[in-house]
Amino acid sequence: MTAVTVKGLRVDLDGRGVDVVDLVDFEIAAGEVLGLVGESGSGKTTAGVTLLGDARRGATIAGGSIVLGGQEVVGLGQGQLAKLRGSSVAYVPQDPAMALNPALRLRRQLDELFEFHRPDMPEPDRDARIKATMREVGLDDSDAFLARFPHQLSGGQQQRVTLALAFLLRPRVIVLDEPTTGLDVTTQARVLATVRDLCASHQVAALYVTHDMAVVAGLAHRVMVMYAGRIVEAGPSSRIFGEPVHPYTRALIAAVPQVSERRELTAIPGDTPMPGRRPGGCAFHPRCKHADPACATTVPEPVEVVPGHIVRCLHATRFAAEPAQPAPALTAGRTGERGEVLLEVTGVDAFHGRKQVLHDVSLTLAKGECLALVGESGSGKTTLARCVIGLHRNHTGTMTFQGAPLATRARDRSRESRRAIQYIFQSPYNSLNPRRSIGETLREPLKVLFGMSAAKAAAEVAEVLERVSLSPAAAASYPDQLSGGERQRVAIARALVCRPEVLICDEITSALDVSVQASIVRLLRRLQDEEGLALLFVTHNLGLVRAVADHVVAMRAGRIVEGGPVDDVLDRPGDQFTRDLIAATPELSAVPTGDPSRLPLSLEDPT
Amino acid sequence: MRIGLVLTGLILLIIAIGPLLAPHSHSAIVGAPYQPPSSLAMLGTDYLGEDVLSRVLEGGRSIVWVSFVGTLLGVGVGSAIGMTAAYSGGVVDEVLMRAMDVLRAFPPMVLILLLVSMAQAELALMPLIVAIAWVPQVARVAYGAAKEVVAREFVESAETLGASRLRIVRREVLPNVMTPLMVEFGLRLTWSIGIVTTMSFLGVGLQPPAADWGLMIRENYQGLALQPWGVVVPALCVAAFTFGTNLMAEGFARTVARVSPAAETPKEVTV
Repeated sequence: MTAVTVKGLRVDLDGRGVDVVDLVDFEIAAGEVLGLVGESGSGKTTAGVTLLGDARRGATIAGGSIVLGGQEVVGLGQGQLAKLRGSSVAYVPQDPAMALNPALRLRRQLDELFEFHRPDMPEPDRDARIKATMREVGLDDSDAFLARFPHQLSGGQQQRVTLALAFLLRPRVIVLDEPTTGLDVTTQARVLATVRDLCASHQVAALYVTHDMAVVAGLAHRVMVMYAGRIVEAGPSSRIFGEPVHPYTRALIAAVPQVSERRELTAIPGDTPMPGRRPGGCAFHPRCKHADPACATTVPEPVEVVPGHIVRCLHATRFAAEPAQPAPALTAGRTGERGEVLLEVTGVDAFHGRKQVLHDVSLTLAKGECLALVGESGSGKTTLARCVIGLHRNHTGTMTFQGAPLATRARDRSRESRRAIQYIFQSPYNSLNPRRSIGETLREPLKVLFGMSAAKAAAEVAEVLERVSLSPAAAASYPDQLSGGERQRVAIARALVCRPEVLICDEITSALDVSVQASIVRLLRRLQDEEGLALLFVTHNLGLVRAVADHVVAMRAGRIVEGGPVDDVLDRPGDQFTRDLIAATPELSAVPTGDPSRLPLSLEDPT
Repeated sequence: MRIGLVLTGLILLIIAIGPLLAPHSHSAIVGAPYQPPSSLAMLGTDYLGEDVLSRVLEGGRSIVWVSFVGTLLGVGVGSAIGMTAAYSGGVVDEVLMRAMDVLRAFPPMVLILLLVSMAQAELALMPLIVAIAWVPQVARVAYGAAKEVVAREFVESAETLGASRLRIVRREVLPNVMTPLMVEFGLRLTWSIGIVTTMSFLGVGLQPPAADWGLMIRENYQGLALQPWGVVVPALCVAAFTFGTNLMAEGFARTVARVSPAAETPKEVTV
């Protein structure tokens, strides 16, 4: 039974006549999970929220039809839409902390849905339904728990509450907008399992919007890949991940780092075009290595390569006949022999106020080595990195660089150590001063450390921009004129410009798309090979660890639980925590749910 | 904004070339007190028999000088204190901002009267007095704007290089709070004009025989029924100047808001 049918959907930006989403057709059966995958700016969230009859501020649904349980949604008035939302179609947001009302207790927030949609439902029934739903999403159903405020819950619990809100009235359709992005992998795995079970048991059709290929691979029955506002490929998960046809899908899959095996990560050149700057013809043609002149002028029609597998590419039939080349596997990481030890951290205890966040942490980083520091949020990995660079002062223990002790505060350190150890921050949107040109930003370290004049520094700036594969002309631009990936390259250039020996990278790719992440990772590896840099690579992404690191240290609750060469730790984890972490990390190869025969049969609604 | 430019330009023109055009010395007695306009004194004479026109042409200097320099000084010192407190945090933050809070507890006018009663109302000192009145208010605005900036990673990045405090405040923080500070300057300038005029009117500003618009209103208001020009013309000049600078400040604030919708608007932040 089809729960929702979308045909010819188009969403325009007001006044500019620019389409954010165009030519989108799909349907979702009851009990089916449809994954909608795309990078930032692809229009995936915009397409997702149209199922609620909504277009974000400044945009309108300009055409097409959305039929939800026999009712046309496009063109409904605000009053009718309000009735629909929450009861027939529900939304699970990305950030539960923003979606829950901080001033209301959980019971009150859940009860509000009944007040609005089912005012005549008797109180004992409401209570029973609330408690049943709380149990279904894996939360405590006691009155004491329901009397809590959102801030008294963990991030994972908050996301479960938003799931409870969505499933409470048994909607036909549910839109999940990257609901696990802010969660740790182990929490994510549990939330995903809950979503899967609930959709199956209540016959809810789910649209799961995400940028994370691995998440949908294990969750969705069918997957749509969106690029520049259009669906470029759609089909069963097993087809999309096993035999992808569209060059974009193939490139995207090749860019995802895997925990299980070390593969060469292939970057897609260029950036995802934003609405208004999208090229004509096939929007992917400027980044596509197979593009020919026809691709620039003709908008490809959907081609059904096998039943149920649709590709929007002029050369779909040809590509379908020649299977994707799997990304070349890299043999082992670099050799185990370690060079001279540069950085040594011994017995560090660190505190936030009175709370101890690091307990007796020790590690060493050798020349030319990449040491990954992994752990979930709150494990203290970023605090450790900040202690090393001298931004977190409240700690004890010793840190030495080439045998010389480092002061706790960066400002008190010798010029040599301030030059030799550089830090790259997580978000390139926050780490560059928006009021200074790229050139000024890159000259700053030279000025502060060596007192170099602007004229002398210009040559160094041009050179460092080339080292990070940016044009020297970029020196004149400001951060808001660059894409996220370009900004992160600038941040890397700022660290490189004074020729450091150690780079500390704090989750530097977590704010970027996978295709951009791949190019940053390749850049780092190249720099490491060419310049013998030592990297302290802080991340929560085990796939990345496999791709870039030589050694890995796993942290949990401020303590180091395991450490060693990457292949040893990831293939034969010794600690239970590391094993759980690896097991919870979603992998592209884990596709079995895509098999149509495993589509859940209609189960009885337990209520 | 255009009207504001014209009005302000007009007043600045009077101030620049007015004294050259004045037919008489501002303190010369040219006839009997409160004479209506005549060929000798085109706007009549004031309470002492001095020429109103000449005094109007010369009387803008002090107001513009005092309000402009006073505002510049006040905004400069205030933002330096606000940014330093925001960046340093801890004890420095507490000491500076609590001191500002104490000063802010006084209404600006009361603070000014207090300062004037302690010091002489000399032309050179008056900008200082106006500046002191504005420092705590501006410091609060600058503090609020800078507090958001100092938490951002590009500031930490400068710290890892070991850049000095002064350099970080000047190069990293200041450019990012410039917009609210410019708007603040425009608003404070408008209010300064009002305050300087009020000071003269209350008799705590410039003293006779100096020519000053506020002072003229004070001197001549008792003869308002006999010779209105002695009050009306200086009052109109002050009104035009206030109005002009206010429109300019508002126009500037709007332009900024249009250029960057997320731009920081001046706001008072309570801690």
